[in-house]
Amino acid sequence: MSSQALQKKMDDLLYKEDHGLLKENTTSRTLRKILANKLAIAGFVVFVLMIIMCAIAPLLTKYGPNAIDLRNRLSSPSKAHIMGTDQIGRDIWTRILYGGRISIFIGLGSALGAALIGVSLGTYAGYRRGMLDSIVMKVSEIMMSFPQIILVSILVTILGQSLWNLLLIFILTGWPSMYRMARSQMLSIREQEYIQALQAFGIKGHIIAFKHMLPNAIGPIFVNITLSTAMFILQEASLSFLGLGVPLETATWGNILNVAQDLNILREAWWVWLPVGLVITLFVMAVNFIGDGLRDAADPTQVG
Amino acid sequence: MKDKRELLLRVSGLETYFPVRKGVFKRTVGHVRAVDGVDLEVYRGETLGIVGESGCGKTTLGKSILQLYRPTAGSVEYTFADGKKDLMKLNNKDLDEARRKLQIVFQDPYSSLNPAFTIFGSFVDPLNKFGIRKKADQQKLVGDLLEAVNLPRDYMTRYPNEFSGGQRQRIGIARALSVDPELIVCDEAVSALDVSIQAQVLKLLKQLQVERNLTYLFITHDLSVVEYVSDRIAVMYLGKVVELATTDELFKNTLHPYTCALLSAIPIADITKRRKRIPLQGDVPSPVNPPSGCPFHPRCPSCREKCKVDKPALTAYQIGGEEHFVSCHFAMEFMKEKK
Amino acid sequence: MHMQETVLKVDNLHVNFYTNQRCNKALRGISFELKKGRTLCMVGESGCGKSVTANAIMQLLPDLSRIEEGSITYWKEGEKISLGELKKNGPEIRALRGEEIAMIFQDPMTALNPVFSVGFQMNEMLMNHSSMSKKEATKKSISLLTDMGVPAPEQRVFEYPHQYSGGMRQRAMIAMAMACEPKVLIADEPTTALDVTIQAQIFELMNTLKREKDMAMMLITHDMGVVAEMADDVAVMYMGLIIESGTATQVLGNPTHPYTSALLESIPMLGKGKNQKLEPIKGTTPDPYNRPPGCQFAPRCKHADEKCHTHMPPEFFTKEAHMVRCFKYEELNHER
Repeated sequence: MSSQALQKKMDDLLYKEDHGLLKENTTSRTLRKILANKLAIAGFVVFVLMIIMCAIAPLLTKYGPNAIDLRNRLSSPSKAHIMGTDQIGRDIWTRILYGGRISIFIGLGSALGAALIGVSLGTYAGYRRGMLDSIVMKVSEIMMSFPQIILVSILVTILGQSLWNLLLIFILTGWPSMYRMARSQMLSIREQEYIQALQAFGIKGHIIAFKHMLPNAIGPIFVNITLSTAMFILQEASLSFLGLGVPLETATWGNILNVAQDLNILREAWWVWLPVGLVITLFVMAVNFIGDGLRDAADPTQVG
Repeated sequence: MKDKRELLLRVSGLETYFPVRKGVFKRTVGHVRAVDGVDLEVYRGETLGIVGESGCGKTTLGKSILQLYRPTAGSVEYTFADGKKDLMKLNNKDLDEARRKLQIVFQDPYSSLNPAFTIFGSFVDPLNKFGIRKKADQQKLVGDLLEAVNLPRDYMTRYPNEFSGGQRQRIGIARALSVDPELIVCDEAVSALDVSIQAQVLKLLKQLQVERNLTYLFITHDLSVVEYVSDRIAVMYLGKVVELATTDELFKNTLHPYTCALLSAIPIADITKRRKRIPLQGDVPSPVNPPSGCPFHPRCPSCREKCKVDKPALTAYQIGGEEHFVSCHFAMEFMKEKK
Repeated sequence: MHMQETVLKVDNLHVNFYTNQRCNKALRGISFELKKGRTLCMVGESGCGKSVTANAIMQLLPDLSRIEEGSITYWKEGEKISLGELKKNGPEIRALRGEEIAMIFQDPMTALNPVFSVGFQMNEMLMNHSSMSKKEATKKSISLLTDMGVPAPEQRVFEYPHQYSGGMRQRAMIAMAMACEPKVLIADEPTTALDVTIQAQIFELMNTLKREKDMAMMLITHDMGVVAEMADDVAVMYMGLIIESGTATQVLGNPTHPYTSALLESIPMLGKGKNQKLEPIKGTTPDPYNRPPGCQFAPRCKHADEKCHTHMPPEFFTKEAHMVRCFKYEELNHER
């Protein structure tokens, strides 16, 4: 804010305060900061809108996601097909909607699954320290230093391609970073005196870790879950693009992108890959804005 | 007079060493000798003050007695209803009993309460553990405890961030009292409070002591405060007790050179009493590498050859009918000099 | 004995903070003077505004705050400079800071930059305010560290703050502050984080410097004992106002304002034994956004009457220039 504007704002506040127009601000500061963050609000709106649209897909389109119509293959956007059709005549708009269900499911499901394992381990190991902590740390370090895409590809080759397998694989490769994040939170909370007070009462370790410490770390963990969701959606898209994700017939955002490997389609039929690319970008950006907003709001050093 | 006192706690040869690890394989290269051989006796109903500057080990001592830090040597014998037992060798059932009898109040009011729970919520787990499980009983007890520390009952539904430092400290005291302890370690319990609030909390502690026949181990760096609350005072330096006597005796006949320097360094809020300082050279040394012989000798204004080589032992002297412990080779000489 | 010459004068200073969409009147009209060769102790509890005063003088107030009213005047070799009107972080105030008016803070670990050596930071200060070369500055830094009693200064000058102990860091900070021989030294709770034996050393050092350089010192503290030991003049603050001021003998020997007396009665004094009477001040400090209409201390004061609750007492002066902001000052003052 420029100096002039700042002076004026201060004069304004002074006047209001003197005339008793400002009262005790009861709304939590966190809520206020979130609401003030316009990007976060916008992101949230887009996020919710997209989920709803995917959920009510049958209401928004009359086609099935796998309905083949060879007579209308690769037709550009028209009244019948809002976003055109792909190379075997399936309606793109429909596939985006139904595909969204799966992509979001994988994204959110993997994030929550990874969080469940990672946070549980991180909370208990972070509190207990000792042998358990060292072992799990080493395991997580090994898993994190492995190139992600290679690890996933290997697992896909071993386990085979399916929706549930992909979910499992993502959770397996995703838990280490959640673990480390939860653990680092625990390490700092552990030094708080109220934890020592519980120890002085002889309260059991798992109660201290899960009931007392975890609620204080939930902020950053939640932010991490939202950001991981975005990351997993992108991962699924990349894998499906390479043909390693969900089986090709099932509609997912990544699978739709898969066809763009063909240079021809890339050049001639932009409606096949461009809209879905934009949709992915839009969704991931929205989630990131929400995550940023949550993180800034929870951060006590950012004064309103 | 000594016969009437009941021995509640006896600490013998207590040592708490923390290993210093370096390198990839975390080899132990040395030890921080936080508590380096401490002997203490605490009698029921008294307040034993433990004073010293940073690094002297007083906080570690308090937590080691309570087994929050595991001592590496020595014994901590507590008199239970069914006899004396060493806290370091207890089985689980007895350890629980010990947790009930020995409690602690911490220094930092801003981290001593869980911000995610209401005040009531912070009491629930200890009460559950020690047998009070019905919600109605718990609420009654918590309410009673809050009133005992001069706070309204309905504060139990509020969150810690709504309270000031002094109020939080009082809630911490209420929590320590919730299991009906006999001995409470006050670890710098008033140091983080504003001076005028300190008085409120100190008076409360004194009042509770009388009402509930409590015994306090009062740990602080502030000698003016410790003089006000304590019956006896132990002065610590580099993990050892260097002087231990009743409050009056300590101030009247200060024997150890460190205690003398400490007392003379404290600013007194009385304009008529500006006195001569005994300046101490150098800084408080590190407990990783304590000096040879007497740990205080590098800074002692009365240091002699013997002090550099021989470690003095904590010896008891009978002065004025009371035991006065000093850890100095030349204590008696200094006393005669003063007289 | 020289005349008491004023080097810095603060007159009716008002400072407001504008955070959280509210207006907090942190300072509500305070006036005092800093004189050559004398120490003024600003004493009060947390929230009374003593640090705000120091920051206001140095123009170090945070962005969301400003000086509303009043003046801060500094006399530089006869020339009057109005500090309150200087631009924040402008060239004039930066020239004055360090060279004429220096400040030392409570926590030397956070006041010193951990990624630069102590010598580097001292040199920076010296070279900024003079035309010394790096070599000359290093030499001066070493001699300053020696003067401040830092052992082995030739080595220490190249070491980093984390390699220093707390007492040494504070000495290094004082060395930096004294590097350009300022006329005024502002010390904001300089020994609160230090052990009491180290505190004694630091105060002795500061007193020596004050005497030798005929410096004016403003010492901010919450510890009445420190006031008794160090102060020539005292100003007691409560809720953004100076409620009592005068020489140390006047204020501590004859505390007139009810807050001052209550404060002295609520702290344990060394030497008074176990059975000294300790009277806590009843009630709590009011919410700054919800201040009492009249005298700020009235709700907690045992002498308060109607007038005290509704009207703000002005500054009253006794014959000996002992200032008390209380309607009842005449009956409470026991000056002979």
